Amino acid sequence: MPKLAALLGFGAILLALPHALSFSQQEILVFLTINVLLVASYRLLTLTGEWSLGHVVIMGVGAYASALLSKRLGIYVPAAMLLGAVTAAMIALALSFPLFRMKGFYFLIGSFAAGEIIRLLWKRFRDPFGGPKGLKKIDPMPDFDIGIYAFDFFEPVSYYYFALAVVGVSLWVMWRIERSPVGLTFHAVHWQDRLAEASGVNVRAYRTLAFVLASGFAGLSGALLAHYIGTINPNSFDVEQMVFVLTWTIVGGTATFYGPILGCVVLTILNEIVLREAGFEQMRPLIYGLILILSVLFMPKGLESLVRGAFSWRNARKKKAGETGAAG
Amino acid sequence: MVELLAQTGLNALYAASYTALVAVGLVLIFGVMGVINFAHGELFMLGAYAIVAVYADWNLPYLVAVAVGMAFVGIVGLGMERAFFRPLRDNPLGGLVASIGFLMILQALASMGFGVRMEHVPPVTQDVIVISEKVRLPVFRLAVILAAVVLLASLWAFLTKTRFGWALRASAQDPEAAALQGISINQTARIAMFIGAALAGVAGALTAPLISVNPHMGHSVIVTAFIVIIVGGIGSLEGAVIVAVAYAFVHTFVTTFFDGVIADIVGLLLMLVVLIVKPTGLFGSTDRA
Repeated sequence: MPKLAALLGFGAILLALPHALSFSQQEILVFLTINVLLVASYRLLTLTGEWSLGHVVIMGVGAYASALLSKRLGIYVPAAMLLGAVTAAMIALALSFPLFRMKGFYFLIGSFAAGEIIRLLWKRFRDPFGGPKGLKKIDPMPDFDIGIYAFDFFEPVSYYYFALAVVGVSLWVMWRIERSPVGLTFHAVHWQDRLAEASGVNVRAYRTLAFVLASGFAGLSGALLAHYIGTINPNSFDVEQMVFVLTWTIVGGTATFYGPILGCVVLTILNEIVLREAGFEQMRPLIYGLILILSVLFMPKGLESLVRGAFSWRNARKKKAGETGAAG
Repeated sequence: MVELLAQTGLNALYAASYTALVAVGLVLIFGVMGVINFAHGELFMLGAYAIVAVYADWNLPYLVAVAVGMAFVGIVGLGMERAFFRPLRDNPLGGLVASIGFLMILQALASMGFGVRMEHVPPVTQDVIVISEKVRLPVFRLAVILAAVVLLASLWAFLTKTRFGWALRASAQDPEAAALQGISINQTARIAMFIGAALAGVAGALTAPLISVNPHMGHSVIVTAFIVIIVGGIGSLEGAVIVAVAYAFVHTFVTTFFDGVIADIVGLLLMLVVLIVKPTGLFGSTDRA
């Protein structure tokens, strides 16, 4: 019961949050919500032990697909978003045939190459991808009314609620996947791939499944982004964006579900409050680079290790207090 | 048609020269330290900015600027080795991620120091060797090609004729056995990192007058270098040189007869095919990685 109360309280805070923020902060909150989905999907991919450098490009596949489907074929935007996610998953499935012949380091370089090829295709083919300038005037979400709340998507608050709902459901699905036998097999594939294989687990099939699922959610986050900002181009999904995702994930840590999300939220707040307010926005890549290096060097298990450290310290103290209490 | 082929061949030879310098440096670092330096393209960029600063802004002689660029980038390489490659020696993926972080830092520093606009370096010499009406070889390009040949030859001599070179190759083959023979792994890592970075820096310095210098120029350089070292076999110096030449020809010819983006796509597809069919590359051994 206290868990449920905590969850409800947390939900209420998330719903009330935008009303305590300025307009530009509300916009950042929307990006943050979308990025939370992106890093959570990246963690799903890393569960099987493979680190991709093409994840942001896959997000772009979802963005491009959803934008084109609604723009060219006039498909209803929420349906186009789902189809964008499916497209990203399908592209990932196609890419998995060459990529999963590689492991570790080669997979990293291979995924980078595959991502670059996709970005070059966007750049090269003006029709339909719009070339280097990308797609403009992407259809916004159509307004709708659910009785208790009228969504007006010119307001960031409305888009925030919409994105929050989509991201919330997606996170719940990813959480359930990780807790299911399939998710446990992902862990086995990562830590004991020989043993898993010897126990009859089709290691490559599970790697592919994690990659495809993660790519689908990344595509969904891309679609959310495309219909919010209204314009995308190949450079929206370049290596710099991938470095941000890597930094969030590594700073947060990948051992727990909340690790990368924590990293994303903490660094975004740091970025917006410290850098933007202090006028250091231009130094963002520099500071991210520095944080990435420092966390690889000094905090290889991420922020989550600090959180867990704090909890175990508290528990140890409680236990100690209990012992002395019993003695007295 | 023959003339077009000849001219394209000359262009390819020039592209091969600086590609080989970058790729060989990357392979040397990987061979000795077992880590991929993702910031290698940015070291090339630093070398080019050394020319912008020393030659174009301070008006010092071009060769002095090249020497300064080479030494400066080599020292940056030493700093990288000490700051993160050494502490992360047992964690090659961590080293790679740290170098990605460093890439961002260098790009940001370059845009803060010089601005994001393109810098154009005044030409060193405008002389052109006219072979025929349609086949021309600018003297400066010839000089770049010759410089690359001299640098690679001296690297080869260093690696095969000197004790330091032997130590380097020994720790590339088997770090533990090399350490047991009294070779300092830190020492060989420093030498490899200095030479590898300096080669990238000198490549950037040599090509700076012929290209537009900007903070993001490292990206296409590192993509090309990855293609070359993966196709060549990730620990093979000879493979890197041979594939650099071959790839420069393929890329230049596809660029001339189709366009540059198609050429990039062809290169990346070649790399994916090699990764799938023979991940150790055309000239690589199965020892490392």
